[in-house]
Amino acid sequence: MRLYFKYMKMIMKSQMQYRASFLLLALGQCLTPFTTFAGLYFMFERFGQLRGWSFYEVALCFAVTQLAFSCAEVFGRGFDVFSSLVISGDFDRLLVRPRSTVVQVFGSRFEFARLGRLLLSAAMLVWAASNIEVDWTLLKMMTLVLMVVSGIVIFLAIFILAASVSFWTVQGLEIANIFTDGGREMTSYPLNIYQKWVKRVFTFVIPFACFNYLPLLYILERDGGGGHPMYALIPLAGFLFLVPCLLVWRVGVRHYRSTGS
Amino acid sequence: MMRAYLSVFKLRIYTGLQYRAAALAGIGTQFFFGSMFIMIFVAFYAHSTEVPPMTLSQVITYTWLKQAFLALVMLWLRDNELFQLITSGNIAYEMCRPSGIYGFWYAKLLAQRLSSALLRCFPILIVTVFLPEPYRLELPPDLLTFLLFLAVLIAGFLMVVALSMLIYISVFVTMSPGGSLLMFSIFGEFLAGMVIPVPLMPGWMQDIVYLLPFHWTADFPFRVFTGDISKLGALKGLAAQLAWLAALAAFGHYTMNRALRRVVVQGG
Repeated sequence: MRLYFKYMKMIMKSQMQYRASFLLLALGQCLTPFTTFAGLYFMFERFGQLRGWSFYEVALCFAVTQLAFSCAEVFGRGFDVFSSLVISGDFDRLLVRPRSTVVQVFGSRFEFARLGRLLLSAAMLVWAASNIEVDWTLLKMMTLVLMVVSGIVIFLAIFILAASVSFWTVQGLEIANIFTDGGREMTSYPLNIYQKWVKRVFTFVIPFACFNYLPLLYILERDGGGGHPMYALIPLAGFLFLVPCLLVWRVGVRHYRSTGS
Repeated sequence: MMRAYLSVFKLRIYTGLQYRAAALAGIGTQFFFGSMFIMIFVAFYAHSTEVPPMTLSQVITYTWLKQAFLALVMLWLRDNELFQLITSGNIAYEMCRPSGIYGFWYAKLLAQRLSSALLRCFPILIVTVFLPEPYRLELPPDLLTFLLFLAVLIAGFLMVVALSMLIYISVFVTMSPGGSLLMFSIFGEFLAGMVIPVPLMPGWMQDIVYLLPFHWTADFPFRVFTGDISKLGALKGLAAQLAWLAALAAFGHYTMNRALRRVVVQGG
């Protein structure tokens, strides 16, 4: 863990060398979810509601997902660009160092410019949470925090999984976008607006529902068992998803053959 | 002169067509995103109280067209090679060529987008025509509408490339592609109706959108296809598109020449 923070400090220093470009990038990153959100707002202005969900409820869902995703992206960017490490053969160097490969890849990239996006989503979360008609008990607040943390873990696990694929294919796959960007877009809305099978896949195969839809039911005290306090603990199930992903990573590392260039 | 541009165009098409595996992955992704957007629209329409300005089947057709022709209408599709040429100073080689850089790059970008669109659009269009009822791509009411759609799609496509040329030109000034690209493509995309169709936006937003060139590139052709815009409207729009295209190309040409005059090539 100490090693990781050392990596972070080094990268921070190097990125701060280009201050103007850094600020522009941060601003641009900030605005990316903004237009999507504007689209969402306009749709609500036109239609009033979404299968019984009000604007602020969906906004809360949206903010939780965006916050979790941008957090995961800030920290786990190394996995996002991992295929370039495999292509260039630079992964060999990580293997000979006496530290775990996961920590090293984690520390290899850290995009501070994306912090802009993170701040905006955090502000959006606070704004949506304060506008919603919910009496915020301690347990509900804890659930909200837990939702974000669990979301970060799930997205990180998916980054790791997508990166592991490049042990076999060498090149990264565009199809992995379905689960990273697609997962983000999809979970920006409450999952029950989709078809049944979509909801099932994203609850049991990839546990997206664990970090936003199901606990959200509890916070908003909606029908379908939403009153049961067990729902508050569901985000914890998201952590379990990390286990198979790390396993795949380890199998991948063992399978790895250097491109030798 | 024209022949040189044509052969650049042809060469690029052939290289682009080599990437079939990437196209296949792209089609899968496109399908996923398309069905997701449609499910969201269906959910919004399910309990709508007033009559929205676009019918659900029009919105669905619009979404599938957007997914199929994404490579033609997306602003953020970029060529890193060109950025590197500018920032690394290799632009000097380009300037030695016996053809204008604007036309040369324009042909290159045009071909890149076209090859990627050709590989992707047909599978998506064919499958979506045969999907079950609410999710189906509805064909245009008559042949003439379809021909008009093709014409305005091509005009819109030429406009997209002219717009994206402006991004490349701006890099001559800023030297860092990140910022200008992001700003331009984020807002351009929204104003082109790529996030939600323009008729679904509130009135004041539509007023802004119709002032700017972006909506001619995606929103307008797709609505011609669905029959939302009349044939006469399509013809008028085509004229407006061509006027915008001429203006954008002239502006791009002029600013590029000015930027090139001041370009400093660093040795190394």
